[in-house]
Amino acid sequence: MMVQRYNTAANIDWISIILCLVIIGFGWMNIYSANILEDGAGSFDMSQRYGKQLIWIGASLILAVLVFILDAKFYIYFAYVLYGIIILVLIGVLLFGREINGAKSWFVIGGFQIQPSEFAKPFTALALAGLMTSHNFSLKKFTGLLQTGLIILLPAVLILLQPDLGSTVVYFSFIFVLFREGFSANMMIMLAGLILLFFATLMIQQPLILLIITGVSLLAYLGTARSLKKTVILAVTAGALFGILYAVNKYLLDARFSLFMTGLATVVPIGLLLTVIVIRSREIRYLKILAGMCIAILFVVSVDYGMHRILKPHQQQRIYVTLGLEDDPQGVGYNVNQSKIAIGSGGFTGKGYLNGTQTKLHFVPEQSTDFIFCTVGEEWGFLGTTFVILLYVGLLLRMIVLAERQRTTFSRIFGYGFIAVLFTHFLINIGMTIGLLPVIGIPLPFFSYGGSSLWAFTIFLCIFLRLDANRLELLR
Amino acid sequence: MNPYRDRRYVFGVAIILVGLVFIGRLFQIQILDKSYAQYALSNAQSVSVIYPARGLIFDRTGEIMVYNQAAYDVMVVPLLLEPFDTTELCRILSISRQSVIEKLRSARSYSYRVPSIFMKQLDYEHASLLQEKLYQYPGFYVQTRTLRKYTRPIAPHALGYVGEVDQQVLDNDPYYQLGDYIGVSGIEKAYENYLRGRKGKEVFLKDVHNQTIESYQEGRYDVPVEVGKNLTITLDSDLQEYGEELMKPYVGSIVALEPATGEVLALVSAPSYPPDLLVGRNLSRRFGELVADTLKPLFNRALMAQYPPGSTFKTLMALIGLQEQVISVSTSFHCYYGFYAGGIHTACHLHDSPLNLIEAVQNSCNTYFINVLKHILQDAKYENPAAAYDNWRRHLLSFGFTRPLGIELTNELKGNIPGSDYFNNLYGTGRWNYLTIRSLAIGQGELLITPVQMANLAATIANRGYYIKPHLVKKIEGVDLIDPEYTERHYTTIDSVNYLPVVDGMDLVVNGGKGSTARNAKVPGIVVCGKTGTAENPHGNDHSIFIAFAPKEDPKIAIAVYVENQGFGATYAAPIASLMIEKYLTGEVKRTWYEQWVMQKITSE
Repeated sequence: MMVQRYNTAANIDWISIILCLVIIGFGWMNIYSANILEDGAGSFDMSQRYGKQLIWIGASLILAVLVFILDAKFYIYFAYVLYGIIILVLIGVLLFGREINGAKSWFVIGGFQIQPSEFAKPFTALALAGLMTSHNFSLKKFTGLLQTGLIILLPAVLILLQPDLGSTVVYFSFIFVLFREGFSANMMIMLAGLILLFFATLMIQQPLILLIITGVSLLAYLGTARSLKKTVILAVTAGALFGILYAVNKYLLDARFSLFMTGLATVVPIGLLLTVIVIRSREIRYLKILAGMCIAILFVVSVDYGMHRILKPHQQQRIYVTLGLEDDPQGVGYNVNQSKIAIGSGGFTGKGYLNGTQTKLHFVPEQSTDFIFCTVGEEWGFLGTTFVILLYVGLLLRMIVLAERQRTTFSRIFGYGFIAVLFTHFLINIGMTIGLLPVIGIPLPFFSYGGSSLWAFTIFLCIFLRLDANRLELLR
Repeated sequence: MNPYRDRRYVFGVAIILVGLVFIGRLFQIQILDKSYAQYALSNAQSVSVIYPARGLIFDRTGEIMVYNQAAYDVMVVPLLLEPFDTTELCRILSISRQSVIEKLRSARSYSYRVPSIFMKQLDYEHASLLQEKLYQYPGFYVQTRTLRKYTRPIAPHALGYVGEVDQQVLDNDPYYQLGDYIGVSGIEKAYENYLRGRKGKEVFLKDVHNQTIESYQEGRYDVPVEVGKNLTITLDSDLQEYGEELMKPYVGSIVALEPATGEVLALVSAPSYPPDLLVGRNLSRRFGELVADTLKPLFNRALMAQYPPGSTFKTLMALIGLQEQVISVSTSFHCYYGFYAGGIHTACHLHDSPLNLIEAVQNSCNTYFINVLKHILQDAKYENPAAAYDNWRRHLLSFGFTRPLGIELTNELKGNIPGSDYFNNLYGTGRWNYLTIRSLAIGQGELLITPVQMANLAATIANRGYYIKPHLVKKIEGVDLIDPEYTERHYTTIDSVNYLPVVDGMDLVVNGGKGSTARNAKVPGIVVCGKTGTAENPHGNDHSIFIAFAPKEDPKIAIAVYVENQGFGATYAAPIASLMIEKYLTGEVKRTWYEQWVMQKITSE
């Protein structure tokens, strides 16, 4: 068989590399500004963060070259081996790692700190691509789903044990990859629904949620039966049943309804009526509504029980604060407020490079890592922040183009893995600094201070670009 | 073609949508909402940190030992500076123009944004003068701090000192900011988390004239200050002061414990220094001077000096011999000026012969206890001397000699009792016996024990069989129980009944007739039990050791006294222990001639 030789360098997608280098360069300028001790020019101290970041950028360029030197097939054949190694390292960090800021996430080697959970992301994507392209694999089969779940959840659970909630959340973004490969859209909607319901359970009083579930069920019935009359009859009957239940309890049993019972009383009549409808009509579509409703109620009740009965008050508090559901003016809340002030005070053009005053070190503690976007906002203004967002949107869209032009499923899945992880970091990090999302401490890829994150994303991107450069050689 | 290819549009749309939402939100907070820019124009908030007063330290009688005095630091944030009247500032602070320029330069080189200390520990008059004119000097503010003051110049080793945090602490504990104070050693370090309290924070809004106008968002972001917790420690100030006084002419240490509780009554390490030496602006210079001192005043001898126990160790030999049933109270051995066997001679002094166990303790007979070691190691219960030796060592471990006892002060060292493998390596397995290691029987050789462990031995004998870890904490304000570690009884492997003859022997050491080795430790009206010791010192004169407890029944104090390079234990250590016991049990020392003898005798030497 003739194998046409391709010049790898010419096939590298230079557009994405240039976009990436611009992000890294601009990121470094902002890290410098957030960490200078002198105003502007003057001494340049390599032991400061901007100095170290420069070293890490240099090292990541070398890493990139190394990734390109290896044959593209290496990443395909050794996908599981690399995954296995990183899983062992994640176990190792739990046993022998250094605890910093309450999480055992770090190896400290000769003064340098390495965070294995960052490196687990590209290798998990490799293993996922390997699994999903293996013989006989199908997302529609239960075993296929189970294997996929295991590959993703194994590193996620190990990282949750550290505990590093932020990095764990990122692993759930691999579900986007499954969606691209044919995972049911309805399932995606259901999962999104469950996540919404989870937050709702923690934020809203339980009877209200049960009432909402009742309402949604009625709406679903209306949509399915396409009869306003039948729906109204159902609602009125349910209301009447609720009234009777309430009255019997209150006046005959002489007991006072608890809030929980009130909630249950709103759900039970409609559940019973739906059951009757299902039995009489024998139609699967009504059964689906009933099943959905039951699952939702069970979910709400169990989340509520777990949260309030099993967890201790301080643990509840921590979850509420981490999820951004509870105001914590002294800690997280204060940071977000300061972050918004810093960004907001930048105005249209910003205060000028190195002229930020709000981004004082002691106002926003993670100034050069998780909250680096504040510095952009304050010193470069709306122009700068929009520029950064356009860079990321551009890079992500370019990645979609690249992923879609792959001839092998393996490369495409790996590409979408990168897109999913990059997108999630972008979404959560910037969303949190501008107060749209809860504070989950993960870095802005290629931009934030930190060697592990930079290296891991470099490896991630470059493996994909390496696969892309050889796309014409790689067989399906 | 891939059936799900169209799903790529879902991704594209989602990414563009998120980008648009972000840009929209940024447009809102950066351009539409002017309030954020307003904050910036007006210098935004000013955060003022409120430092809590550090907890006070009381002694066991409730007498205050350590308290606070206010001092004022002038702080500067170079970024917020505006041109100001330098001459006026120099006048207010009484400093030169040159030094203002220098201080500002060093503040800038540290950080533009983080406050640095412009002038440390200003007095009240200067500080209040500056406070009035502060509005003319944006970028400057006055920070109130507290300095430690001491009612008596005593107990520096136990109390420790407070100093500025170092880089290592700053890296590891986000609570501390540069320039904060922290307990660096002693009690100040051990109970830092209680003593320090919690810093408070107030956030204000300021107008363009740098005047505070209002509390930011009605104090939503304020943190209330929590004053440090007061601490009561177990030291007795009078006894501590007296001990330091007695030890002034000497190098050495005194540790006094309350046997029933393990509470440390006095912890003396000589030479000492007044604790207020390490307070305030001159701390680092004076610290350097103390480090350079050849007598090492910073070295806490009570916890860190390791000496051979000398003859005090014979009490342990007696206890183990009785427990192992290789001797009984009535067992007697002959001694004619020493021990002779296998061509080896270990000298002993002149005393009656033969002696039984109690008399042997009273007379501190070397021969007797070498014989005890012989019987222990040749005990037929064990297959060889090494096994018997390890069993002997096991008893000693139960007294806590081979590990730090666990007092709160972090610099405590452990003692040393070599295992049988040590001698196996040294002499070869099976090639050593009781004769080879006979010096252990009289507390010399490889044995090393610290003064606090020795005092703990005295307390264990006083308790007839158990000890409670020596500790300095008595009560923490607002905390009901102290660490259960400090109430737990540690029983030794020796039965209570076996302590009785040893106690009787120690009684005779002090209160016996002919042959008693420490009759000068007697206290009128109180039955003191003691044992002398002399630690052989290869570098110079031997060290004088005395351990004791009193009264014999229901002991209230157990004590170990070490006097370096002063020869026999009876000569100097015993009188000092005697005076300490008298001071503690009767409240005053009536034998003033005796204390003058102790203090003068040596100074003339």
